[in-house]
Amino acid sequence: MSDFIAQHPVLAVSVIKVVVLMFLMMTALAYLTWFERKVVARIQSRWGPYRVGPHGLLQPLADGIKFLFKEDPTPGGADKLIYFLAPFLAMALALSAIAVIPFGPKHIEILGHATGLQIADLNIGLLFLFAITSLGVYGVALAGWASNSKYPLLGGLRSSAQMISYELSMTMSVVGVVLMAGTFNLREIITQQEGYWLGFIPRWNLLAPPLPQLIGFFVYFVSAIAETNRVPFDLPEAETELVAGFHTEYASFKFAMFFMAEYANMITVSCLATLLFFGGWLSPFSTTGMFAWTLYIPTAVFAACAVLLFVDGLRYSTTFGRIVLPVLALAVAGLAAVCAMPGVVEFVQGPFWFLSKVFLFLFFYVWLRGTLPRFRYDQLMAFGWKLLLPLALANVVLTSLMVLVSRR
Amino acid sequence: MSAPIIVFFILAGVAVLGAVSLIVQRHPIRSALSLIVVMVALAGLYLLQGAELVAAVQIIVYAGAIMVLFVFVIMLLNAGEEERTNVSRMARTLGLPLSFFLMLQLAWWVGRGARGLAPAVSRSQEATKELSKLLFTEFALPFELTSILILVAILGAVVLAKRES
Repeated sequence: MSDFIAQHPVLAVSVIKVVVLMFLMMTALAYLTWFERKVVARIQSRWGPYRVGPHGLLQPLADGIKFLFKEDPTPGGADKLIYFLAPFLAMALALSAIAVIPFGPKHIEILGHATGLQIADLNIGLLFLFAITSLGVYGVALAGWASNSKYPLLGGLRSSAQMISYELSMTMSVVGVVLMAGTFNLREIITQQEGYWLGFIPRWNLLAPPLPQLIGFFVYFVSAIAETNRVPFDLPEAETELVAGFHTEYASFKFAMFFMAEYANMITVSCLATLLFFGGWLSPFSTTGMFAWTLYIPTAVFAACAVLLFVDGLRYSTTFGRIVLPVLALAVAGLAAVCAMPGVVEFVQGPFWFLSKVFLFLFFYVWLRGTLPRFRYDQLMAFGWKLLLPLALANVVLTSLMVLVSRR
Repeated sequence: MSAPIIVFFILAGVAVLGAVSLIVQRHPIRSALSLIVVMVALAGLYLLQGAELVAAVQIIVYAGAIMVLFVFVIMLLNAGEEERTNVSRMARTLGLPLSFFLMLQLAWWVGRGARGLAPAVSRSQEATKELSKLLFTEFALPFELTSILILVAILGAVVLAKRES
């Protein structure tokens, strides 16, 4: 066994990274549902999950167990193979997309083998991501078709049409970034956004010369919301018209897989927005001179969270909460202390800023869900084809022109 | 056997199985799915040759766009299972011998020419650049002509769809 690992270090290290990332991803997915319910509840002046564990923190666990033990009927006349295949396809594609996302610039050592914070560093990382998302339609379309039921079929048809339409503008919207970077490699796209204007404005693609990618980002993010079938573009599962759309006939864990795939897609899309337009792991502050203190922002954020959690925990209504929350606060305080240690400080910067930006996008997703009503179908199509696609095309033309002029 | 050879045979096997399944399946959706399997396996084969761009484009364009439209149309028309027909006399007398002959010819060419697997290019980042340069300089005219051909096809489709019946 150890011989094998010594002979194939890349393989062994990759397996370890995949297992760790899968575990983190699953936890993140579970708590993203909790986060969404809490935030939407706050927007609508409700409490949200509150019964299972302090602040409903154990709710994702309870949901997971519930999904595992629910009855799982198959509708009569369904195409069994495809009916089973669809949720696996959706989930597998959603999870494999995360493999090419780089989370930080530094290398770590596993089994004496230096490796980046990324499972696969591909030259065509961006194209790989788009290849995976373009296949993502099948999960939804096949689920709708294989269920042998009218609402899922309508949902599946709608979503194929919607995803094809918006995939076009999504892919076109990032061409500007690719033109500026001259590469499809995600790591290189980020490193080319390094540096500051006037010493403090970050040169992220959103703001950088030759052409700030404001249009590109707008088109990308709107199409990304449509691609992930989220409000206000959630027509494939519009509950007021189609019961639950493509996953109406799915129950138990197969339903949970669609659910997780949707949230995994949200995370991937947010990661991509972060690294294409917002400088990925780069800090918004310069870390030299008068801004050196910004290295300790992670520590400060974690410490503030710990204090809040501790104070809140001591006053919590149940005894269980009064024990769990302060202990959690101590753990976060420990994290804050670790982040301030020399050597760790530099390492933490990349992942901290990356994940903070991703978190902001995820919050934005939830915020939209709590705020906006759904588009009508014709509005959806007109918006995609008549506004977003021309904008994306104009962005490509303008950016290539500016790149040409600036290289003269 | 080295790892690339093993991967090659797995991918080639999947591609051939998918192709056979494409013909044998009775339901159009299942046939379409088999075709997607073939295309993804082909993309894997391109990757094995170091042609990353071609592999990605293969998946994005064929598996991700064209086949989605196929599946979409099959779903929209709600096409049912096909009925089997007897093999026509034309196919039996001409088609079978011809396809057998073609297979023999292919096998002969492959057996004579190919010796093992060698990556077509060593550095794929450069290969992508080279490919783009060729497309926009030497092959600019054929490239644009192809675009116009596709445009004409789209216009034709629109005209056909809009025609008063």
